[in-house]
This record gives sequence, structure tokens and C-alpha cells, in this order.
Amino acid sequence: MSKRIEVNDLNVYYGSFRAVEGITLEIEPRTVTAFIGPSGCGKSTFLRTLNRMHEVIPGARVEGEVLIDGNNLYGPGVDPVLVRRQVGMVFQRPNPFPTMSIKENVLAGVRLNNRKLSKSDADDLVEKSLQGANLWNEVKDRLDRPGSGLSGGQQQRLCIARAIAVSPEVILMDEPCSALDPISTLAIEDLIEELKQEYTIVIVTHNMQQASRVSDKTAFFNIAGTGKPGKLIEYADTTTIFSNPTVKATEDYVSGRFG
Amino acid sequence: MSLTVTPQQAPTGRSTGPIANTLTAGKLPRFAALWVLLGCLAVTTAFFVILAAASGTGFNIAAAVFLGVVLYGIVIWVLSRVVEGTRKAKDRLVTALVSTAFTIALLPLISVAYTTIANGIPRFDVQFFSESMRNVVGAGGGALHAIMGTLLITGMAALISVPVGLLTAIYLVEYGRGKLKHGITFFVDVMTGIPSIVAGLFAFALFALFTGDPGIRMGFGGAVALSVLMIPVVVRSSEEMLKLVPNELREASYALGVPKWLTIVKVVLPTSIAGIITGVMIAIARVIGETAPLLIIAGFTTSMNYNLFEGRMMTLPVFVYTQYMNQGTDVQAYIDRAWAGALTLILIVALLNIVARVVSKLFSPKTGR
Repeated sequence: MSKRIEVNDLNVYYGSFRAVEGITLEIEPRTVTAFIGPSGCGKSTFLRTLNRMHEVIPGARVEGEVLIDGNNLYGPGVDPVLVRRQVGMVFQRPNPFPTMSIKENVLAGVRLNNRKLSKSDADDLVEKSLQGANLWNEVKDRLDRPGSGLSGGQQQRLCIARAIAVSPEVILMDEPCSALDPISTLAIEDLIEELKQEYTIVIVTHNMQQASRVSDKTAFFNIAGTGKPGKLIEYADTTTIFSNPTVKATEDYVSGRFG
Repeated sequence: MSLTVTPQQAPTGRSTGPIANTLTAGKLPRFAALWVLLGCLAVTTAFFVILAAASGTGFNIAAAVFLGVVLYGIVIWVLSRVVEGTRKAKDRLVTALVSTAFTIALLPLISVAYTTIANGIPRFDVQFFSESMRNVVGAGGGALHAIMGTLLITGMAALISVPVGLLTAIYLVEYGRGKLKHGITFFVDVMTGIPSIVAGLFAFALFALFTGDPGIRMGFGGAVALSVLMIPVVVRSSEEMLKLVPNELREASYALGVPKWLTIVKVVLPTSIAGIITGVMIAIARVIGETAPLLIIAGFTTSMNYNLFEGRMMTLPVFVYTQYMNQGTDVQAYIDRAWAGALTLILIVALLNIVARVVSKLFSPKTGR
């Protein structure tokens, strides 16, 4: 169910501006990898290149390669739609579809792709996904109510349920807890811990405690200054990054001395 | 602590209450503004009544009301400045100006509605909705042929304009890039300014060329002329509605591996459908009252005609126009029919707006709270 990600010398450009420079890293299957670093250092941009979501932004382009189990995402003839079916994404702000009920939101990925589902299969999938996202007990009595009626934390878990309903190999999370309260954050962190059994998870976060709590490996990104491209400074086991980093900048950042 | 209870601390020194609050300010009594307004109106009315009696001319109600409102603005400003201070005085003055502007904008609307209803009611009967004008001279007859014509032609125009307009808007918002997009936007803006008579002449020239008949008259031509006027309105309103759909929803859909076209059909359009329907209804209301283009290409007739592609077709605006312009010997019968026609047209537009409200309410995203 989960796949290994390999990134080789990746550069991301917005028009002629180089936003991210020369990233090389490997992400093992069934691990949680956290990206940390100051705002604007290219973490989210880089995360989006892992499922070609950066293409939604006009003028964004990529040089280099991203291999998922050896398949290059940026090879000729690769269909971004097929990439995104394998690499799901959860966004910073919960964004359930406002026209759909909770149930329809979970099934959105399947239904929108015009795949036919029998009613019992659909019900099973809804229950399984909502169980997976730790939301089933809270919403099982109101599956036909609109998703926008849930609280922010519940909406975010609904978005996670929606992402895992299409059974991806990898889940990317772009600051999934930054709009949530500590209790919802805890619920989502527990969920990440469970999802790790089946999926490869990459998470961008500004919360260093969160990175140290949930991730196995941590990557620290930084920029030299405004207008300069973001770079990968250090990538190692989370314990190493937080207790014994090799680069001075990493140590300064995780200990709160700058940024 | 003693600071808060000593009455001498009140800034104006006028405070007489048991506890002086440094946050209080002078205040006009409740309804003071209303009484000042009524007083001013009474003063100017009295003045103009005396003037009318003295000069022997009629009482000038418009001047009385206008000068009364102006007087109110001055009096309330002075009063408020004395009692409440400059900031409140400005607020009172601007409130008076804004309310006056609103009333002025509302007056013609009320006047039109009142006149149309008052004059249209006499012939607003069953016969009016069940008979055409075939072989009717003088009193009697109805506008069924015109109502049918208006519904058929406007419906056809909507059938042409909505797909073209909506798809153009989707192109502009979701796909358009660079020069082509700006070119289309520019020409759509230009098209909104086309005089309706030009649209009529365009349709007439088009069908005269196609059929080789220099005197061509047909309902479909009218529908084409109306859609020329309607398309830019549909494009503009749908474009604005599509732009309102948050990009996050599109991204959420893409991230689920949904192709772009399905994202548009199943996420973007359902989210914005309420606004799009409202826009289409506004566009219909904009063209349903057009007279000039229909006079040229659809012509006028006294008989029923259900066939859009053959022969002259009557429409309500043209019906009103012909009844008023070609009055027979029984002048009042023709004028009554014209007013009833106008009333019917206004009611159709009102009805369409109500339907649009209901439909957009049904389709709009539910909050679920």
C-alpha cells in the first residue's frame, strides 16, 4: 500500500524565479517525514511537487526527478491525474465540498472519477474511511448532513477520510493542524500515527513539537534571504535533528534562536 | 476610586445623574429625528399652502417635500452639533442625505408600478389571457398571441445564450490564458454596449441573406437578436460567479485525482450554480422587454403563431407599442390593452425573479447548522 519516494536534484521555478534549489532526499515507505523551516523557504512548494499540485499555479515548473517506486513523476507522458490518485493531499485549511453531504464528501474521490459503486460497497467504504480518520463515531448519525456543518477539526478529519477513501499510496499534509485547536490537533496526530501503518506520510509543519512527536525523519529547509531559493539544509532521523543536528542553522532553528 | 464617583469629573459639566460616567456624551432624545422631519415638512407645507392661497395657483407638493427635506438636513445638523457634538452631527447629516438619495431612487419605481397597475387592471381579465387580436377592431380581444410569442422567443434566446455564455465564462475562468482571454473579455464588454436596434438589424440582415427574402420575418430571428444582447450579460455574471469559487475546492478535487473537466462539472459548477441561475434570470429580465429588435425581425401580427421558424410573431413589448401607436376609433380600448400588456410583462419578469430566488435557494450550498 505504501511506496518509497526518491527525489533527485529537484529545482522548482515560478516563472524565472527559482523557489527551491537542488533537493535530493529519500523517503522510506510507512514512515512519517516532517518538513520544517521558516515561512517562505519552499516547504509547501516542494511538497506540492510530490504530486504535481504545483502545476495548478500558473508559471510553476520543475526540473529534476521525483521517483515513486522507481517511476518518474516528471517523465514524458506522465498523467498528473494518475499521479494524484496515488499521492493524496490534505491542505492547511479544511476544504470539504460545500455542496455535498458528509457521505458524499468521503465518496467524492471515487464518485467524481465516474466509478460506479454499489450502495453496500459505498456504505462500507464510507464507514472504513471515516473509521480510518477517527471520525465515524462523531458523524455516523448524520452522514447526510452537509460537511460544512462540522467543526474545523472534524472538517479536517473529513478531508483526511476523503483522501484515504481513494486508497492512495502516499499522503501529503500541508500544515494540517495550523487552523485547529490543541484537542483537534491531538486527534489528528493520533490519526497520523495510525495511518503510518499503511501509508507513507509527508507532513509540513511549523510546530516543532508536532514534528518531534509524529515524525520518524525530519527535513529542515531554509533560505539565505528574500529572493534567494529555498534549500534543504539537513535531513536525518527526527531524534538526531532535534537533539544532535550537524548543521548550526538547524540547531538554531529547532532551539528557537532564530526564524 | 474617588475619581469615578465625583460628579465634577464629567467632561461637559452638564451631567446630573447620580454617577458621572466619563464615557457619556450629549444625546438627542429618541425619535427626535422623526419629529424634526415631520416638523420641517409641516413648516414647508404650511408655507406653500399660504403661497398657493395668496397667488391663486395650485399647491406645489413636490417643492414642499423637497424644501422640507432640505430644511430637515440643516435643522438636524445644527441641533445635533449643539447637543451631541460634531461627529454625531456629521453622522446625522450624512444619514439624512443617504436616506434622501434612496427615496429619490425609489420614487420613480413606485410611480411606475402604481401607474401600470392602476391603468392595467381594467383589461387584466380572462379574455386578455385567452384571446388573440385576430379580427378585433375596437374593444375586446387579448394578448395571448403576444404572451406566447414573448415566452417562445425569450425561451429560445435563453436556450441559445445560456450554453454559449456559460461555456465562454468557463473558458475565461478555468482555461483562458494571455491574449485570447483578454481579447474575449474586451469584446464581451463591448458587446454589452451594443444598442438593441443594432442587434435587431444584425439578425434581420443575417436571415435576409440566408433565406434570400428581403422581407424576412420570423420568431427565431428575434431569438437570435435577443441572444446577441443576452450572451454578454450571461458571460459576465457567470464569470464573476465562477471566480468566487475558492481555489481550495479545485485543489481538493485535483488532489483526489479528479481530472480538470470533472472538477469543473462536479465541483465548480454545483458550488456556483445559485449565482449563475440568478445571473441568467437577470439576463432574461434584461431582454424580455426589448422592443426595437423584435419590431424589425419578428414583426407584428394579430394572430397566434406557435412556429418560431415561420411567419411574423407578436411579442408583448411590440404588442404594447402597436396598441399605443395604431389606435382605432375606440381609443380607450387600445390604450387599456397597452397598459394591460405592460402590466403582464412586469408580472412575468417578477415571476421569473421569484422562481430564480426559489431555485437558487434550493441549489445553494447548505451550511448544515
